[in-house]
Amino acid sequence: MTTVSSAEHTRRDFLYIATGAVGAVGAAAALVPLIAQMNPDASTIAAGAPIEVDLAPIADGQIVKVFWRSKPIFISHRTKKEIDEAKNVNVNTLKDPEPDSARVKEGHDQWLVVIGICTHLGCIPLAHQGQYDGWFCPCHGSVYDTAGRIRQGPAPTNLPLPPYKFVSDTKILIG
Amino acid sequence: MSGNSTYQPQSKVLQWFEKRLPIGGLIHSSFVAYPTPRNLNYWWTFGGILSMMLGIQIITGIVLAMHYTPHVDFAFKSVEIIMRDVNYGWLLRYLHANGAAMFFLAVYIHMFRGIYYGSYKEPREVLWILGVIIYLLMMATGFMGYVLVWGQMSFWAATVITNLFSAIPGVGETIVTWLWGGYAVGNPTLNRFYSLHYLLPFVIAGVVVLHVWALHVSGQNNPTGIEPKSARDTVPFTPYATVKDGFFMACFLILYCWFVFYIPNFLGHADNYIPANPAVTPSHIVPEWYYLPFYAILRAIPDKLFGVIALIASIAILAFLPWLDTSKVKSGRYRPLFKQFFWLWVVVCIGLGWLGAKPAEGIYVVLSRIFTVYYFGFFLVILPLLGIFEKTKPLPNSISDSVLGSKA
Repeated sequence: MTTVSSAEHTRRDFLYIATGAVGAVGAAAALVPLIAQMNPDASTIAAGAPIEVDLAPIADGQIVKVFWRSKPIFISHRTKKEIDEAKNVNVNTLKDPEPDSARVKEGHDQWLVVIGICTHLGCIPLAHQGQYDGWFCPCHGSVYDTAGRIRQGPAPTNLPLPPYKFVSDTKILIG
Repeated sequence: MSGNSTYQPQSKVLQWFEKRLPIGGLIHSSFVAYPTPRNLNYWWTFGGILSMMLGIQIITGIVLAMHYTPHVDFAFKSVEIIMRDVNYGWLLRYLHANGAAMFFLAVYIHMFRGIYYGSYKEPREVLWILGVIIYLLMMATGFMGYVLVWGQMSFWAATVITNLFSAIPGVGETIVTWLWGGYAVGNPTLNRFYSLHYLLPFVIAGVVVLHVWALHVSGQNNPTGIEPKSARDTVPFTPYATVKDGFFMACFLILYCWFVFYIPNFLGHADNYIPANPAVTPSHIVPEWYYLPFYAILRAIPDKLFGVIALIASIAILAFLPWLDTSKVKSGRYRPLFKQFFWLWVVVCIGLGWLGAKPAEGIYVVLSRIFTVYYFGFFLVILPLLGIFEKTKPLPNSISDSVLGSKA
């Protein structure tokens, strides 16, 4: 390149910098669609819309699985025994302290709705197993109680709750 | 090829790396210090434009492949999902489809430049032949990409083009069945076209590396056809060619974007928005515009086998160009007779393209035959004879003489 005294900024310098700046903006703009296209598309988002679940056919003590946003949701119609076991716990002894009342909707103690994915590494726990009468994850031995809380094993947190609400006494809307 | 002595990396880290893998020196000698003829005009930018388009096609293609499904029951729908649901899917699809058209537009201009200025002549014969190979790979890639949409045109183009091989005596039918993977174009065909369509652009990239390597061995041709004689005839590639090419590439991108954003379906065929129907052939099958001249030549010959041979010959003959043209003078600038025959040949090529879109009847067939005769006659008769009989204009002494002497 021809040598230019560094004291003066020439018109060429200005043109180079201006072109470079516009080019950089163009390159960044060109990247946007290439990266954005990997985000969930409109049909995937539409498929993740809230779902209604009718609770009437679920018998006392029965646990039902539905899928919402590709995740398994456990809907447990808890028996009186299971509810009592969940409430009679010193919350401070839990690995992830949470009272049972925080994990159900008010006035609907018998309905536990949790995302059925073990918070350790993502396997689906098995129902009515483990010494706490709740769930047992066969992958690495995590044990959950009747409120879906972690009691034993490597999982760090309780089974999370999906967003849901009661639209009537026998129908919930998940999502 | 190994380390250019004029390249001295500044930092210690770069020096350490340069000793172990001299990429910096390679890039410097190929694209920074590289002596470029000082009289190159914008027709020489199309090589760079082609590299850019290859990059664009590969990037948009890989990204589209994340959403496309190569199965006969889902392919068409998956393209529509890309257009409607995928974020910016409409943009990626239009970029890729129109990108192919721009790729071919650029390659034809690039080839016309080579023929006009004699860039295929000694010592650039291998460079030219590598280019012909790249062109063939492009045609295969473009054809298979179009089939993937699985519209009516996709399906019937696949049927017609694969059926060309049935013209081969004896083994023809066996070859066609082997290509199809079945008794007709179907799911096996679609699947393998998807695999090959993903593969071939990288094969093209490899041959492009060879093409640029061969180019750098001989150096670029230039509008006078006279090789550089001294350092006065050349300028360093950066900043002169870099900035000039950058400017013209931006102009080309504007044309490209004009299609993508304002008339994205102009070059396509409406029938390809109808899902493939193996029971119904559209009344006017046409390939995309960049195949039309060869389609016209194919249909001009009334015999099945000779039509196919003519089609293949019309492309293969390009490889023999360095030996068919006997003229010692490279550039068309100094060949007044050649110039006229050349431009007539360009008109014939475009005419054949126009005829390829017309129904194969009446005056269109007659014209196709006349134009086909001229197409082959240009290579087989005119070019060999011109070298012997043409009175060329006097050549300038050197490149710098032609630039600094004649320019007022």
